This record gives sequence, C-alpha cells and structure tokens, in this order.
Amino acid sequence: MTKLRHAALIALTLILMTLLLLLPLGIIFTQAFSRGWGAVVDALTDPEAMDAIRLTLMVAAVSVPLNAVCGTAAAWCIGRFQFPGRSLLTTVIELPFSVSPVISGLVWVLLFGANGWFGSWLDGHGVRIIFALPGLILATVFVTFPFVARALIPLMREQGAAEEEAALTLGATGWQTFFRVTLPNIRWALLYGVLLCNARAMGEFGAVAVVSGHIRGQTLTMPLYVEALFNDYDWVGAFSVAALLSLLALVTLGLRFLLERQMGGSRRDII
Amino acid sequence: MRLARRAVLPGFGLTLGLTLTWVSLIVLLPLAALALRPWELGVSGVWYSLTEPRVLAALRLSFGAATLAAAINVPLGLLIAWVMVRYRFPGRGLADSVIDMPLALPTAVAGISLTALFAPKGWVGALLVPFGIKVAYTPLGVLVALIFVGLPFVVRMLEPVILDLPAEAEQAAATLGATRLQTIWRVTLPALGPTLLAGFGAALARGVGEYGSVIFIAGNMPMVSEIAPLLIVIRLEQLDYAGAAALGVAMLLLSFVILLVINRLQRRFAPA
Repeated sequence: MTKLRHAALIALTLILMTLLLLLPLGIIFTQAFSRGWGAVVDALTDPEAMDAIRLTLMVAAVSVPLNAVCGTAAAWCIGRFQFPGRSLLTTVIELPFSVSPVISGLVWVLLFGANGWFGSWLDGHGVRIIFALPGLILATVFVTFPFVARALIPLMREQGAAEEEAALTLGATGWQTFFRVTLPNIRWALLYGVLLCNARAMGEFGAVAVVSGHIRGQTLTMPLYVEALFNDYDWVGAFSVAALLSLLALVTLGLRFLLERQMGGSRRDII
Repeated sequence: MRLARRAVLPGFGLTLGLTLTWVSLIVLLPLAALALRPWELGVSGVWYSLTEPRVLAALRLSFGAATLAAAINVPLGLLIAWVMVRYRFPGRGLADSVIDMPLALPTAVAGISLTALFAPKGWVGALLVPFGIKVAYTPLGVLVALIFVGLPFVVRMLEPVILDLPAEAEQAAATLGATRLQTIWRVTLPALGPTLLAGFGAALARGVGEYGSVIFIAGNMPMVSEIAPLLIVIRLEQLDYAGAAALGVAMLLLSFVILLVINRLQRRFAPA
C-alpha cells in the first residue's frame, strides 16, 4: 500500500515535470527541425544569424572576464577581511538580481540615451553607447555582475586565510600567494560562477532589448535575433536559433552538474 | 576597522578599491539615475504618470499574475521538492537537474516556446480549444509563463530545508497515533512554513519583473494583457524617460514592500 502510494507520487511528479519543463524544450527542437536539417543549417548560416552569433560572443567575451576579475576582487575583500559595511557591500553586489531586466537596460538609457544625463555630451563628441555595442556590454555587465562574487564569497569565508598566511610567512609575495595558493583552492567555484555568468550573458534578453535599438546586422544579439525572426513569422529560423541557445543552456546545466560534483555536491546557486 | 588581519594578508586596499569603484560605476550610478529621473515631472507629474488607467491595468496584471503564479508554484514546488529529497528512483539526478531548465533557458527562447505550445494550434493549446480555453495572447498566457519561470525558486529553496527536517518529529507523531495526513498537516507543513513563504516571495519577485518569457505569449493588448515592464519599454520608445523611470521606481518600491511584508510574516511563522 505504502509502496503503491510512493510510486503514484513519483509518477505524478514526473508527469508534472515533463509537462512543465520538458515539453517547452521539446517543442523548440521539433519546430526547428520541422523542415529538416537543411533548413536549420540555412537559418544558422544566414549572414544575419552569423552577425548575431558573433555579436553575442563578443558581448560575452568582454563582460564575463570583467565580472570575473571584479567578482574575485570583491570576494577577496569580503571573504577574507572584516570591515564596517561589509554586509551592506554584499547586498549592493546582489542588487542586480532583484531588478527587472527591463529596468537593468533602462538605467543605462537614463545615463547615456539621447535624453540621458550624459546624452548630449556624448552626442557632441560623436560617441554612441546606447543602440551600439558599448550599451549592450554595459547592460550585460549589470545583469551578470553578482554571479562570480556570489559563487566565491561563502567558499572563501569558509576556507579562511590560514593557508595564505602560511605562504606569506614562508616568504611568498602577495601575487604569488594568490596564484599558487588561493586560485587553486577556489578554481572550481570560480569556474562555477563564470559558467553561470556566461550563460546569462549570452542568453540575456530584456536588458539588452532596451539598449539595442534592434538594428539588424549590428545590434541584434542571438536572443534579440530570435525575437526579430519570430515577429517576421520566420518560425523555422526563430526556432533554429532558439535551439542553438537551448543547447547552450543544456551544456551549461550539464557542466554545472559536473562542477557541483567536483565541489562536493552541496552547493546549488539559482541562475 | 580591525586591521589585525590586514597586517598579514595583503590586497585589502586594492581589492576593496576595485570593488567599490566597480560597484559604484556599474550598479550605484545607474540606479541613482533611475531614482532621480522621475522627479523632473514634479511630484504631481509623477503621480499623474503612475495613475493613468493603462499604467494601473499593467501594474495590476504584473503583480496579480505574479502573485497567483507564485501561489500555484508553492504546492507544485513542494510536491516536486518533497519527491526529489525523500524518494529514490532511477533518473532522479537527471530529473533534479531539469528543474533549473526555466532559469537556464534564455527568456526569449522560453517565451517563443511557450507561445508555440499554447497557441490554438500548438500541442497544448489545441487540446484546450474544445473547452473554450484560450491561453496564448490572453492574461492566462502571462500566468502560464510566470508559473514556468517561478517554479525553480520554490523547489530550490525547499530542498535543503526538507533534507534537514528532523525525521524524529514525524516518527514521534506517527508513534503517537497520528495518521499520515495529520502528520503532514500538523508537523511537516508548519516546519516548512517560513521556507514556503520565502519561495513564494522569490517567485513573486521574479514574476513581477519578468519580460522575455511573457511578451511573446501575452499578446500585449493595452489594458488587457500588457505587463508593466513592457510599458516601460513603450515609454522609452516615446522618449518619455521620466515616465519610464517613474514606472520603474514604482515597480521596485512595490516589490520591496511586498518582500518586506513576506519577511515579517516569515518571522511570525518561524518555529520558536
């Protein structure tokens, strides 16, 4: 009787999860391949698609390393030192996670848009930030800012500074200590943060939609290109690019699973 | 400032300086622009721009749908988290990884996929047509999208807490003659109460600001299925920066107040 009830409960859960989580994933691939492989390859090798892929990679290539370095620095001072305002600083670092993506884009338009604080100055000097690559990068940096710091801070606090202090006592310089002692200790957590940061950077929609201006071939990242194709009723094209992005999501989840094992399995950050 | 540790470990000044600079430029300066911009309309102007019927309808939809979706996600998430933690079955590890799918999937991708599923000719939408239920391009579509993106928050918050639930309490209740249902109702649920509220709050907060997964399925009809974040985008396109910022600030403040109330409730229900 109990066994039967357990089996029923498990079955119910799995059915629910299939409906809620797997069906949306399934329809992306079936729609993409509804006219065969050829159509998908055509859609992905279209010059505009290539532009979108290139732009997405470029935005991620700039914003992820920036946030990795600054996130590590933040984790170093917050995780290893006591100072007044430490918890306030932690809260401020996490702020971007509680802001709507649209607002994350809006703030940059308020600063650098045509009617923004610095808009006319920028215009006078011929610098474009909004509706151009710098705006896309700024919006992406804002939304992905907390990932690395959040992956590192609890770990660095837990590990303590004993090993670093030993290295320093033995005559290592600060940088030597960081690269030879700290970095090997935090490498998996750092990778974890970078992985999630990268997934969000490549997949972000709302924030970049606001600052992009939707100029074809110039400011459409992959998610924005999906929107453009969908609005043009290019169903197969939209779902082909969406399938590529879904693949990125699946790879991210897979790698995260491996990293969690590597780190001992207990951590699980919400993306 | 306690400088005792700094004397040994270097890099405090460098890393704190870098962090403060970065946080100021990337987070604080932009948010300051958001907070200050609306007031060029004057207080009455801000009030006027926030009480337009179209704005009120959008706010009602965003907050209403997010609340309802979070409320639906609480029992759903509880069931999934419970089964994931308490039962062992083949494929559990895989199933547990799939829970984060809505967060890993780019929002625009989730948006067009849900639209395709629930459109009148879609896999699910076609099944609902005979019952006269329309999901895509209606407020119901907004609800579906918000259930999808909010579910992982509830599950992920509950899992560690369910794992730490002392089995003794349940066993004691059973030994004392409680039925299974009584045990769940009187022992388990009260212990999970604060976490259920926290999960509700997290799903709600995410839903209020959600954009990408909603706009495709919503249909975006003014006064009917237009969400507040979309209205911000529309105001920006009209170059009404102050109006867009006012709506943004209002959304953030409303979410903040709701989370504060939930936080208070959580403390009240926390087991002593």
